[in-house]
Amino acid sequence: MEYGFTTAAYVVASVLFILSLGGLSGQESAKRAIWYGIVGMALAVLATLIGPGAGNWFLSLIMIAIGGTVGWIVAKRVQMTEMPQLVAAMHSLVGLAAVFVGFNAQIELARVMHARAEGIPEVFYGFAALLAHKTSAEIAMLKIEVFLGVFIGAVTFTGSVVAFGKLSGRVDGKPKKLPGGHMLNAGALALSILFGILYFTGVGSGVFWLILITALAFFIGYHLIMGIGGADMPVVVSMLNSYSGWAAAAIGFTLGNDLLIVTGALVGSSGAILSYIMCKAMNRNFVSVILGGFGGDTGPAAAIEGEQIAIDADGVAAALNDADSVVIVPGYGMAVAQAQGAVSELTRKLRAAGKEVRFAIHPVAGRLPGHMNVLLAEAKVPYDIVLEMDEINDDFPSTDVVIIIGSNDIVNPAAQDDPNSPIAGMPVLEVWRAKQVFVSKRGQGTGYSGIENPLFFKENTRMFYGDAKDSINKLLPMVD
Amino acid sequence: MKIGALKESFDGEARVAITPSSAGHLGKLGHDVHVESGAGQRAGFSDDDYRAAGVTVCQTPAELIAAVDLVAKVRQPTEAEIRQMRAGQTLISFFYPAQNAELLALAKEQGITAIAMDMVPRISRAQKMDALSSMANIAGYRAVIEAANNFGRFFTGQVTAAGKVPPAKVLVVGAGVAGLAAIGTSVSLGAQVYAFDVRPEVAEQIESMGAEFVFLEFDQPAQDGAATGGYAAPSSPEFREKQLAKFRELAPQMDIVITTALIPGRDAPKLWTADMVAAMKQGSVIIDLAAEKGGNCDLTIPDERIVTENGVVVVGYTDFPSRMGAQASELYGNNIRHFVTDLTPKKDGVIHHNMEDDVIRGATVAHDHDVTWPPPPPKVAAIAVQQPKVRKKDPTPEERRAAEAAAFKADTRNQVRLLVGGGLLLLLIGLVAPASFMSHFIVFVLACFVGFRVIWNVAHSLHTPLMAITNAISSIIILGALMQIGSESWWVVLLGALAVLMAGVNIFGGFMVTRRMLAMFQKS
Repeated sequence: MEYGFTTAAYVVASVLFILSLGGLSGQESAKRAIWYGIVGMALAVLATLIGPGAGNWFLSLIMIAIGGTVGWIVAKRVQMTEMPQLVAAMHSLVGLAAVFVGFNAQIELARVMHARAEGIPEVFYGFAALLAHKTSAEIAMLKIEVFLGVFIGAVTFTGSVVAFGKLSGRVDGKPKKLPGGHMLNAGALALSILFGILYFTGVGSGVFWLILITALAFFIGYHLIMGIGGADMPVVVSMLNSYSGWAAAAIGFTLGNDLLIVTGALVGSSGAILSYIMCKAMNRNFVSVILGGFGGDTGPAAAIEGEQIAIDADGVAAALNDADSVVIVPGYGMAVAQAQGAVSELTRKLRAAGKEVRFAIHPVAGRLPGHMNVLLAEAKVPYDIVLEMDEINDDFPSTDVVIIIGSNDIVNPAAQDDPNSPIAGMPVLEVWRAKQVFVSKRGQGTGYSGIENPLFFKENTRMFYGDAKDSINKLLPMVD
Repeated sequence: MKIGALKESFDGEARVAITPSSAGHLGKLGHDVHVESGAGQRAGFSDDDYRAAGVTVCQTPAELIAAVDLVAKVRQPTEAEIRQMRAGQTLISFFYPAQNAELLALAKEQGITAIAMDMVPRISRAQKMDALSSMANIAGYRAVIEAANNFGRFFTGQVTAAGKVPPAKVLVVGAGVAGLAAIGTSVSLGAQVYAFDVRPEVAEQIESMGAEFVFLEFDQPAQDGAATGGYAAPSSPEFREKQLAKFRELAPQMDIVITTALIPGRDAPKLWTADMVAAMKQGSVIIDLAAEKGGNCDLTIPDERIVTENGVVVVGYTDFPSRMGAQASELYGNNIRHFVTDLTPKKDGVIHHNMEDDVIRGATVAHDHDVTWPPPPPKVAAIAVQQPKVRKKDPTPEERRAAEAAAFKADTRNQVRLLVGGGLLLLLIGLVAPASFMSHFIVFVLACFVGFRVIWNVAHSLHTPLMAITNAISSIIILGALMQIGSESWWVVLLGALAVLMAGVNIFGGFMVTRRMLAMFQKS
C-alpha cells in the first residue's frame, strides 16, 4: 500500500515540476508556476519520508530544518545584483550532494556484496534492501551509474565554486590555465575513466577508486572553469546548471527512482538549452567557450579612426528633453554600479513627459541569462517595455536617443563590419543606427573581452564618462 | 588673439561669418571678437546684438582688418580685401583655390595665411567644420521650398471632400549632402520621392531617408566612394547612356526634379537634357543646384528662373544658402568656431597653426609666403571602403514555394535521421542492459524530450528565475539522501545527513529567491 502511494506521489510531483517549468513562458503564469514547484517538492519529500526505505526521520527533519533556515536567510538577504553568484553557489551544493549520495550507494553496495559473499543471511533495511535484490548485471549497471553520478557531481561542485568566486570577484575573472592547459584536463579525464574501469571490474576497494575519481573530477571542474573568462560566465553557469541536473538523473538511475530521473532530465535539458541560447547569442561554438579564451589568431582587427567625444550631463539632458523615443541598453556595468534604481527613476520621469522609453536586452548582457531583466524588474521597470534584441533591432533607425549603460561588446559594430574582429558574426544591438547614442562608461578602457569598440568613435556617439549611478542621478533633476 | 568678421562685399550675400552666439564661444577660447558694422544686418543680427555678446563693432572694413589678427569671411575674398591685409595675418573663408590661382598668388605675395573652408578634408574628425556640407544641407532644404513655391499643387496626397489629390513625385539626382537634405524635406512634405546616384553604396542612405533608390541594371566595376574622398567621379559613356535612358523614362511622371550632381573640380555633368524637359508635364519644376558649375539641366541659366515653352519652370539660383541667411550664418559661424577651436588647442587665446595636423594642413592654401595647395594626402584614410549594396530580387511565388519545400524536406530528413539514430542507439543499449535499467531509461528519454519542449517556450526575460527554479528542483537529490539515511552504517548516515542539509539549503533558497524575483516583474 505504502509503495503504491509513493509512486503515485512521484507521478504527481513530476507533472507539477513540468507544469512549473512550462509556466515560466509568461510573467503572469510564472507567479503560479512557482507554487507548482513548491507543492511538487513538498509532496516528493513527504512521500519519500513515509515511503519504503526511509529511516532516521528525526535526523532527516532536523537537517532539512537547518538547511531550510540557512537557505531562507540567504535568499532573503541576497541582493539582486548578486544573483549570478548565488545561483553558482547553489549549483555547487547540488553537485556535492550528488557526490555524497553516490558514495553512499557504493558503501551500501559493498556491505551487501560482503554479506552475499560471506553467505550471511543478513536482513537489510531501506536502500540496502533494494540492493540486496539486484542481479549481477544490474549491479554492473549500477556501478556505471554511480561512476557517472559522482564524476559529474564532482565537476559541478568545483566548477561552481570557481564560477562563484569569479562572479563575486573573489577570484580574478581573467582566464587562467596551468601549464599544459587542456592536455591536463584530457589526462585527468583519461585517468578517471581508467580508474572507473578498475572500479567497475572490482579490483581492490571500490570506495578507494571512487575517491580517486572524485579527486580527479574536482581538479577538472576547477581547472576547466578557471580557464574561462568572466564574460563567458552566462554559458558556464547554464552549463553547470545542466550538469547538476544530469548528476541528479544519474543518481536517480542508481537508486531506481523515477522522480529523480525525470527531474534530473528536466533540469539537465533546461541548462543545455540555456547554454545553447547563450552561445548562439555570442555566435560562439559551445566547445570554444568551454575551451576558454577567444579563438586563435584571426588577423589584425581594423584600425579605428576618429576620436571619442565626451559630453556632460547638460548635453545628455538636453538631448533627452528633445527626444521622442529613447532606448536604454543596460549591461553588466549597470549591475556593478547598482544603477538600476536611478535608471528606473529616469525612465519614470521620461515616460511621465510623454516620451517612449524602452529597454533593449541582449541575450548575454550581464553574467547570467536574463540577468538584466531581473535587475530592471527589481527597480520596478515594467516588463512590457523591456524588449529582446530581435524585437527592437529594427526600431533603432527611428529612435532619437540611445543610452548605453555599462555595456560594450553587445553593441560593438565590429561584429558586423570587421571580419577580423574576435567577435565577428556575433549578433549585436544595432544602436549606431539611432540618431544619437550616449555611452555611460567609467573610462576609456575596453570591455571585458578587451576589444576596442568602434561605436565609441562614431560621429553620433558621445561618451558620458563617470560612474553609471552618479551620471544618471546627475541627469535626473535636469530632465523634465 | 583678435578675430574679426567682415561684412560681405558680394552683392546680395546675406550670410556673415561670425554670429553673436558663435562669438560667445570664441570668447570662451580666449579670443577678442570684432565685426564690421552692419555685417550681420541681412542675416538678422544687429550691431547691438553683437555688442550684447561682447563683440567690438568696427565702422569700416579697413578699420576691422587693421584691428584683428584673423579675418573671417564667407565668400571668397576680393583682391582689394587681400591687399588691405598685412603679412602674418590669417584669412579664413571659402577660397576655391583651384579656380582662383591669381588670388592664391596674391595671398602668397602679401604673406598672409589663407585657410579655405572648402578644402577642409572629409574625415570624421573634421565634420564639425565642414562648411560645404552645412551649406549643402541648407541648399537642399531651400531647393525643395523653392520648388514648392513654384509648383501649383500640394506635395502630399490627400483625399478631401472636394476630391482626391495625388501626391507630387519628386526625383532627386545626386544623393550627396544636398540631395539627402532635399530628400528628407520632400518626404516630410509628403511627396513620393525617388533618388538616383552613381555611387551604389548610398542606396542605403537614400532608403533610410524615406526615398526610393532608382536602381540601374548595369554591370560596371562599382565606383569606390573611398577613392574620391566620398565624392562622385565621372562615369563611363555606356553608364551615362543607361542613366539618361532611365531619366527619359522617368521624366514624364515627375512633378519636381532636383539635380545636385557635382564632380569636384569639373563642370557639372549634363544629366537632364532638353528633350527630357520637353517630355515633362506642364507646371513641373526643375531646381538645378549645380547651376553655379553650369547646371545639370541643359536649359538652366545661372541665377535665373525661366519658364519653358511647355510650361516647365527651371530654377537656376546659385544663392540658396544666402536665401536663408540667418540659418546659414548660424551653421557657418559654428564651422568657423570649430576650426578656430582646433587652431587654439590650449584654449588660451593663442593661435597655434599646426601644419602637422591633417585638417589644418589640408585647409591651409597659403602660409608664410608660400602656396601650400594642393595639400599632401591626409595621413588617415577618409572613409572605409564600402560594399555596394546588391539589390536582392524578391523571390517569385514558385521560387518561394520551392524554397519552402526544400526547407521542409531538409527538416524531415534531419528529424528522420535523428529518430533512426536515436532508435538504433536505444536498441543497442537494450541489447546489453538489464530490463530494470531499460524501464528507467525510457522514463529518462521521455523526460529529456518533455524538458526540451517545455524549456524552449520559456520567456527570455525569465531565464534567471528559470535557473533559480531548476536549481531548487534539482535538489530533488534529497530523495536519494533520505532513502539512504536510514542505513546501519554510520558513514552512510553521516554523508546522507550532509547531503540532506545541502539539498535543504537549496530547496528553500531556490524557491524563495525565485518567488522574490517573480514578484518583482510588473506590468506598466
